[in-house]
Amino acid sequence: MIGTWPCRLEDGRISEECVMDIGDETDRCILVIPPFFNEHNLMRRQLVETMRRISEAGYRCVLPDIPGTNESIEPVELQSLARWEEAIAQAMEHFDASHILAVRSGALIAPKSFQGWLYAPQSGAKLLRGMLRARVIASRELGVHETSERLLEIGRSEGLVLSGWQLGADMIRDIEDTHPAEAGYRTIEQSDLGGPGLWMRAEPDEHPEQADRLAGIMLEELGAPQ
Amino acid sequence: MSTNSVSTDQSETRTDSADHADDGSGLGMSRSAIDAHVKSILVDVLGIQADQAEGFDADTGLFGHLPELDSMAVASLLTEMEDRLDIVIEDDDVDGEMLETYGGLLAFAECKVIEG
Repeated sequence: MIGTWPCRLEDGRISEECVMDIGDETDRCILVIPPFFNEHNLMRRQLVETMRRISEAGYRCVLPDIPGTNESIEPVELQSLARWEEAIAQAMEHFDASHILAVRSGALIAPKSFQGWLYAPQSGAKLLRGMLRARVIASRELGVHETSERLLEIGRSEGLVLSGWQLGADMIRDIEDTHPAEAGYRTIEQSDLGGPGLWMRAEPDEHPEQADRLAGIMLEELGAPQ
Repeated sequence: MSTNSVSTDQSETRTDSADHADDGSGLGMSRSAIDAHVKSILVDVLGIQADQAEGFDADTGLFGHLPELDSMAVASLLTEMEDRLDIVIEDDDVDGEMLETYGGLLAFAECKVIEG
């Protein structure tokens, strides 16, 4: 079901953010951090498929929006990875979650003080490189010559529109410097699930066998719900 | 539109196996291994069937011929090529010629692997 959760912003305001909430409120809770930007759209269906499988085994699974993502009305250009990580820490407390499943770039905001899994984690530098490249190629098709290097310089000082997202300078600088958390998390590679990662596809898709395997790996480590 | 004819190909584009990297010669990746990698990347990124990619020859049209290959997909394709072939692709490397046909893309990948 879709609910909301109160996220406290830096200026003290509370932003009511949406949450996809599957399972019984009294069950042990696992929080899912999706990839950022376009990959979020591409992976959301598959993540919900995985969440359903985990909830069927007796756990609650939540996929909360954080400010500037999905249905949030907060502007994305005011966000940074530091603010997003803080929002995840708040969500962990709010939902009393014990574990995190962080996917691709989502691993960049998995707080170090928690435990769980990083699925095919991506470094910030790689995320940025891919988004800059997509912009350079799209611009070239329009006859505009840009370079990744020059765009990155602009991004660091003024912010930049990448893949349709208006990213602020704080966000660009954070992404550039951030690596996925390691301590406390186990990494699940795409090769552990079989088949190609669905984030590469042009359109959102789902893959039941991959969802089975991902949920299976997590449930094996979680053991039987209490 | 795409020309998937399996013609006589003088370049060793036949796939021996989709297995990883080194051919055991100590000289890095063989041409057939690079070919297998590039085809498997196209399958994964474009969501096309392995049979279709298997039929690609040097003249098979890519950008402008395969509807799946838009600018976002090109970016994903290049990122995957960097990861799986352990190469670095600069902005200036990317031109119409390397993306126009499968032969162009494969020749580009081979050059980069040798450079690397």
